[in-house]
Amino acid sequence: MFNRAMIGQALSAHEAVVERGRLRFFAKAIGETDPVYTDEAAAHAAGHTSLPVPPTFLFCLEMEQPDPFAWFSQVGIDIARILHGEQQFTYHAMAYAGDTLRFESRVADIYDKKGGALEFLVKETRVSNQHGRHIADLRSVLVQR
Amino acid sequence: MQQPSYAALAVGDALPPLAMPVISRTTLALYAGASGDHNPIHIDLDFARKAGMADVFAHGMLSAAYLGRLLTRWVPQQNIRSLGMRFIGITHLYSTVRCTGRIVEKFEAEGEQRLRVEISTANQYGETKIAGEAVIAI
Repeated sequence: MFNRAMIGQALSAHEAVVERGRLRFFAKAIGETDPVYTDEAAAHAAGHTSLPVPPTFLFCLEMEQPDPFAWFSQVGIDIARILHGEQQFTYHAMAYAGDTLRFESRVADIYDKKGGALEFLVKETRVSNQHGRHIADLRSVLVQR
Repeated sequence: MQQPSYAALAVGDALPPLAMPVISRTTLALYAGASGDHNPIHIDLDFARKAGMADVFAHGMLSAAYLGRLLTRWVPQQNIRSLGMRFIGITHLYSTVRCTGRIVEKFEAEGEQRLRVEISTANQYGETKIAGEAVIAI
């Protein structure tokens, strides 16, 4: 059983630097062909201040910490039985190469279905940049079988 | 990029689909490195077999990134207000992922004209693997 005392609890916050080379590597890995994501000149021409952080890369930066699953044991999650059920991004402002993004997560909810056969954990993460600007909110639903 | 106009778009309109090349072991190795998701279930055949799988399989967030591309090749990224998805099934090695979307609602919120778009990924057999929704400001 997941530890329901964790509902509402903050998980460790961290900061991640958005590296230009890493964005180019990600672009290659997802088959990106739009030069806005790899070429500074194209990004500037499209009105961006640098290479944009693509829509789902915030999820990768959220995991960019020494042990992104360190909090699993606090909740009682077994990494071998956990599935990523849902992922939601709500965007407030663009993030760019060179930014330092801060990720602050909390356990928003824990519940079960099928008489406890399936357990669910909802994690919410607020992302802000080095100027304190609210960049995005991430919401992950993890399912344990 | 030539932006679609709100007036010219209608509920039921399809987004230009995105057809990706077949997912190979190289695809998964590159995504593991670039994303920082080093879970061996996606890159190490020995580990996957010990875990009871026939082979390695694709990261769900790889297909999610393809859905991001479906949107950003249609509208500038700064127009995306939200992107959400449910992972329905495993995308296997040698799958050919096709991303599609269609407009399901036109509405106004926060002083903007917006579109609600249903999006999904399917494999070469037409089996839906991810179903989701995005909100776009136009």
